[in-house]
Amino acid sequence: MAGVDPNTHVELEGVSKRFGGVLALNGISLKIERGSIHALVGENGAGKSTLGKIVSGALQPDDGRLLVRGEPVTFRSPREALASGIAAIAQELSIVPQLSVAENVFLGAEPRRAGWVTRRALRKRYDDLAASAGFALPAERSAGRLRTAEQQQVEILRALSRDTDLIVMDEPSAALGGPDVERLHEIIRSLARSGKTILLVTHFLREVLQLADRVTILRDGQLVRTTAASQETEDSLIQGMLGRPLGAAFPARPQVAAEAPVALSVRDVHAPGVLGVSFDLRAGEILGVAGLIGAGRTELARAIFGADPRTAGTVELADAGELGGGPGASLRRGLAMLPESRKEQGLVFGRSVIENVSLSSLRGVSRGGVVNRRAERAAAGRVLEGWALKGDTDAPVASLSGGNQQKVLFARMLMCSPSVLIADEPTRGVDVGAKRAIYDLLVSLAGRGVGVLLISSEIEELLGLAHRVLVMRAGRVVTELGQEEMSESAILAAAFAEREVAA
Amino acid sequence: MTGSPETAAPREPAMRRPELPDWASGRLRSAGIVIPFVVLFIVLTISSSSFATKVNLLNILDQNAATLIIAAAGTLVLVAGGIDLSVGAVYALAGVVSAELAQHMAPAPAILIGVLVGFVVGIANGIVATYFRISALIATLAMSFVIAGIGSLITHGNLVVLFTHPGFGNLTHTEFLTVKTSIWIMLAAILVLGLFLARTTVGRYMYAAGGNAEAARLAGVNVNRVRVVSFMLSGAAAALAGVIDASRVLSAQAGNGESLTFTVLAGIVVGGTSILGGEGAVWRTVVGVLFIALIGNGYDLLGLNPLYEQITLGVIMLLAVGIDAWARQRST
Repeated sequence: MAGVDPNTHVELEGVSKRFGGVLALNGISLKIERGSIHALVGENGAGKSTLGKIVSGALQPDDGRLLVRGEPVTFRSPREALASGIAAIAQELSIVPQLSVAENVFLGAEPRRAGWVTRRALRKRYDDLAASAGFALPAERSAGRLRTAEQQQVEILRALSRDTDLIVMDEPSAALGGPDVERLHEIIRSLARSGKTILLVTHFLREVLQLADRVTILRDGQLVRTTAASQETEDSLIQGMLGRPLGAAFPARPQVAAEAPVALSVRDVHAPGVLGVSFDLRAGEILGVAGLIGAGRTELARAIFGADPRTAGTVELADAGELGGGPGASLRRGLAMLPESRKEQGLVFGRSVIENVSLSSLRGVSRGGVVNRRAERAAAGRVLEGWALKGDTDAPVASLSGGNQQKVLFARMLMCSPSVLIADEPTRGVDVGAKRAIYDLLVSLAGRGVGVLLISSEIEELLGLAHRVLVMRAGRVVTELGQEEMSESAILAAAFAEREVAA
Repeated sequence: MTGSPETAAPREPAMRRPELPDWASGRLRSAGIVIPFVVLFIVLTISSSSFATKVNLLNILDQNAATLIIAAAGTLVLVAGGIDLSVGAVYALAGVVSAELAQHMAPAPAILIGVLVGFVVGIANGIVATYFRISALIATLAMSFVIAGIGSLITHGNLVVLFTHPGFGNLTHTEFLTVKTSIWIMLAAILVLGLFLARTTVGRYMYAAGGNAEAARLAGVNVNRVRVVSFMLSGAAAALAGVIDASRVLSAQAGNGESLTFTVLAGIVVGGTSILGGEGAVWRTVVGVLFIALIGNGYDLLGLNPLYEQITLGVIMLLAVGIDAWARQRST
């Protein structure tokens, strides 16, 4: 037995985690050095968030061990991890909006005397903490009135207040604008300088290269490599994440015929979060929509589809005229939408694959209101054909992997034979193989003349698939980029344009 | 310093552990109530000679005809993601209305109007619980007070007696193939409701609406309309049940249905239909209601202390719901 390496803060040995039929992590072994910024990168579904959650106690490994300071530990909850000095800052922030900043920071650990919170002691401890952390927020301001970046700082302070020496941050900059990202990076660096260890889960590769000391690449739940960040480039990281150079990840786009008619015409659409968007989508075209979280992309999709009411503006389908009414009306007239979250908005998890596929076109396989189950099965079978869907089509959808669930949802759309498909984050939480299958499908739909509106947070996806990209910010389309002008930097520059405006 | 070989190269895909796939535990659950039902049936057959007789079994069906009809329709409400706590009150009101009318007119229109009352109350329940966005629990509970009040107003708190109008009793007392019409009506209602839920498009929409309302809506299902239909059927079924019982005993009273709502819910839940919506079946409810009925019958036939009957029922309900929650947790 080798002695405990004092520089190793946390070590994972052969950690595996399975969700239903999917192996999310497969035998991961990894050392995280004390006082370092250690980044985890990988595609969506590669297992990086899962790994972060295992370190912070939110998930338990099925296999393997976790060692903190050389001691094997078993965290049954985040609370137990906290007792070992490990805290997590999740993508969804958990502050209580009605309470003040200081109250939020010490939530659940308020200084109290005989059950009463002593406000003066609370304030003093907050000031001490802020001084040692090197950044401060107004203690008495109610947390609900803070900006996202500041709410995140509240969470960081909260983590520090519990004497944490390792903070797991899951996509901390995803919801932030330009200057806030810089500020966050400064805070992370100063935390590392003061001896805290940071485990950074992120898909912003530039952030990794700027910030991290070491980086671990995951792909399909497997560890690809752990190296010093200084030895990596964006290209080498992408290659590691995809297992191949970026170009090969996408099928060739069919050309949009110059005379292709407009399939969907959106004019000055207003809805909550959408402030006047107009565009034309041509038949056979894949139109990408980029933007940061909160830029209004999903809101736009829902407003076009009729999932949320439009407050102004018109949506017109070439084949069916102006659209009004809800999702049912849109579907009947040839506009389908693949929703952002297949779990919350897409699938009925307890029901079978067949029932989920036929749900939107049940009338087509029914007579007199009675479902013809043989016709239903045949029609669903036709759209599922070629998907290589593994598993029983009578089994509940819940038993399928994320990629297969997404295929079921796509099959539902196909069964409606839409003329326009809105796909909102179609590859979220899907493994690499299924991703390619979804890309192929989108391209083949476009090849058959379907207009595709593709919303994605993965810029590579837009670069690889779209003929044109609209960049949204604060509810508006700020830039339109043709295929020649598209690049990661052009899209990011437009998405973060706030910075340029402010300067 | 360097890790073992395993850490460098990715391991073989981890072996599958030999455990039940998630959907299999779901199927086990769906068959769950049948096993205890069959066991209880066999035990009672062995321990009491008067149990497995035609008279006793038909008696059980006759006595539980009302409960079975209401519970069958209540299954649709639960599957669609609602709950109907007004069925007891509707049952009483329909009984009272049809009994009052039968004193002045022919039985057939009196019966029809009674059922129509439930139909209308059901639609009102559905609209309040969907378009007005009031939780179904509260909406139907409030409605049950209103309806009970109306029932008392109609009868002035008295028992409505129909012994002088025996024609009203023909609805349920007529025998067909040596079985009472009350049982035939009950069987027909169960069959229709069961097929409606399992085979029609609206039935499918009910599962989708209760399983994931937002997903159903985005898939083009009019969730509110589907739920209104479920409440409408529940109201009509409760009213039919009330009329049937008024005919069976040739009397009706405004306070008749007070404990019925919970007997019905108990049957549905014991059968394995989830109170969280999206799962369940009419046949399961039938088994659940009959299971509870057999327990009561067993206590009578074996001369057990009836004070323990309710305790038994409560424990069984907790077990049923507990198993449901356990299975759900496993499948997510």
